[in-house]
Amino acid sequence: MADLHRFANPTRFLRLAGYIQPWAAGIFFISLAAGLYMGLYASPGDYQQGESARIMYVHVPAAWMAMFCYTIMAVASAVSLIWKHPLSDVAARATAPIGAAFTFLALATGSLWGKPMWGTWWVWDARLTSVLVLLFLYIGYMALQGAFDDRTRAAKASAVLALVGFVNVPIIKFSVDWWNTLHQPASVIKMGGSSIDPSMLWPLLIMALAFKAYYVWVLMIRMRTELVDNKVRIMRLRQVHGG
Amino acid sequence: MKRKHKRLTFVIIAMALLGIAVGLVMFAFEENIVFFHSPTDIVTKQPGPDKRLRLGGLVEDGSVKREAGTAVIFFKVTDLENTVDVRYEGLLPDLFREGQGVVTEGRFQGGVFNATEVLAKHDENYMPPEVADAIKKSGQWKEPAGDGQSKPEGESSGY
Repeated sequence: MADLHRFANPTRFLRLAGYIQPWAAGIFFISLAAGLYMGLYASPGDYQQGESARIMYVHVPAAWMAMFCYTIMAVASAVSLIWKHPLSDVAARATAPIGAAFTFLALATGSLWGKPMWGTWWVWDARLTSVLVLLFLYIGYMALQGAFDDRTRAAKASAVLALVGFVNVPIIKFSVDWWNTLHQPASVIKMGGSSIDPSMLWPLLIMALAFKAYYVWVLMIRMRTELVDNKVRIMRLRQVHGG
Repeated sequence: MKRKHKRLTFVIIAMALLGIAVGLVMFAFEENIVFFHSPTDIVTKQPGPDKRLRLGGLVEDGSVKREAGTAVIFFKVTDLENTVDVRYEGLLPDLFREGQGVVTEGRFQGGVFNATEVLAKHDENYMPPEVADAIKKSGQWKEPAGDGQSKPEGESSGY
């Protein structure tokens, strides 16, 4: 923990974030270009779904990120609750809208795929419903963060919500195994190797890298903005009181 | 230090209890969470003619018959143990074909499942057409439908 605390100092973090940000942006743009080229041109269609299968190059990484962001948010919230570290609340708060955007993207692309493939935009099966609940959790979290004037109280209340909502993440992941759903079971991360052809798996993994780099990039921007914003507020308060 | 540890223990215990509680609720409501019932469920439970439910399984090979001049279609849905006859009138999704997974919604009336909606269920296998052809040629293809061959892995839980 001692080593981590070194980076948890907001001033040191600002410097570190300034260093990470351009790298994350670079990785994002390069892997996005490569992933889209491979996914949309340089890979074959599916033997059953044809060209519609290509939606997965956006849908699957977005769905992974939706769960990943929530996990980060829950861990950061736990750290914020237990160790009262101010940076962890900033990280959780900065992650929420990014995760919500990924969740929405996963739902929207899934719906577009579902109409031609399944024959419906939406069904209330366990996978789709639990992901919709995830979107509501993100929105509720953001609303709760904004509902208090006092930052510490907002951090505490929303951290509890983030932790309680975390039970949904394993439900999303295993919903397709526990219950019969319309959504197909996992193709990539499953026992006995993935059931997706390498020519399609590679673009998918590169797109997943792009989405992850995008998250890091935007997270750095958001956290830096928030920390600088806090500094400005404190300086203003000092001016008013000490003036 | 002491208070930090207290909070840590509290969070861990609270999360564990919450997990157990949610698990029990999910277990209790399993019947309502499942999206569809298998042909075996339908055959053993014999739901009443007014109960709307979903039936899911594989479209049996060679069972799809269209009524001439109408949009009425007959097919059989199987889970490789039991089979249910389905009657449906309307448009079918792209992925509907024999040997493929399907979920139909409707009522079980007089031994026939009268479907008002048919959804195709996609499996988790993604491959280019050439690869699919090559596998079929080499005789390694595992057809999901019931001609005595084994089911593909991972499908066993679904149907």
